[in-house]
Amino acid sequence: MATETVALVEGEEPGGLVFHPFDQFEIKPLFGEIGDPVSWYTITNATFWMALAALSVILLLVVGTRGRAVIPSRVQSAAELIYGFVYKMVEDVTGKEGLKYFPWIMTLFLFILFSNYLGLLPLAFTPTSHIAVTAVLALGVFIAVTVIGFVKNGMAFLGLFWMKEAPLFLRPVIAIIEVISYFVRPVSHSIRLAGNLVAGHAMIKVFAGFAAIAAISPLSIVAITAIYGLEVLVAGIQAYVFTILTCIYLKDALHPSH
Amino acid sequence: MEGDIAQFGQFIGAGLAAIGSGLSAIGVGSVAANYLSGALRNPSAAASQTATLFIGLAFAEALGIFSFLVALLLMFAV
Repeated sequence: MATETVALVEGEEPGGLVFHPFDQFEIKPLFGEIGDPVSWYTITNATFWMALAALSVILLLVVGTRGRAVIPSRVQSAAELIYGFVYKMVEDVTGKEGLKYFPWIMTLFLFILFSNYLGLLPLAFTPTSHIAVTAVLALGVFIAVTVIGFVKNGMAFLGLFWMKEAPLFLRPVIAIIEVISYFVRPVSHSIRLAGNLVAGHAMIKVFAGFAAIAAISPLSIVAITAIYGLEVLVAGIQAYVFTILTCIYLKDALHPSH
Repeated sequence: MEGDIAQFGQFIGAGLAAIGSGLSAIGVGSVAANYLSGALRNPSAAASQTATLFIGLAFAEALGIFSFLVALLLMFAV
């Protein structure tokens, strides 16, 4: 497939190896070309893969655990393991009060996990590689956490920025830094997820481009396999990191006095 | 050689931004190395600190991702 792509690309611009590692992130309508009247009424590939991720989550949790067997089937035990894993993470980081928000965090984790993993299928599209998608998730977390903080603690929530442990003359400086770092949170939270996935998928495509050169093509194919393995790891870890950072922000909102 | 001075600056800037990605690799390595040396000294405490490890890795890595993003913006968006 890789050689076909490069041959096609070289057909356009003869001479020299041309890479298009970012073509895979293009959003296009599922049916019809961009600008066609048909394309106005069809969903895009981003919507399609997000819906597929949501559908997989429903399949895993609703259909998979339908039997409610005492000795669980394979799908049911996978669902139970994920449930237990996220439940323990929320409990460990935020304490008992945070468990009220467990459904929200579980939803975030499963959606990101399934978007990442479905995006690793060949010819798939990764919704979480778009900052538009991850920024909505991260802004949701940011707004929710700020509202929860003010509702739970009132003005005492501002104690998050006023370090009682620091010497008095340092406190205003630390407060400014803390406020800036608080507002940078949604930015870093969203770009971390999207950036990791974009970097990984683009790297696979670049190595796929190298596979067109006969001398290094075996090496390049081995490298693609290795990078793919790494990407499977990264997809899981980034979903975990996004979720645990959400838990930490939630902990800050529930217990602002450090 | 074709292209103009703006494109030249774009490519030079993207290359310089890639240095930042490499530097964040040092940070990630340092986090993992210190975790490992701590975990080998006190293996019983290691399991409880994996969450902290991943948070540290994520923060160190995020800065590398930011410079990667700057490189991308220079290459494709400017």
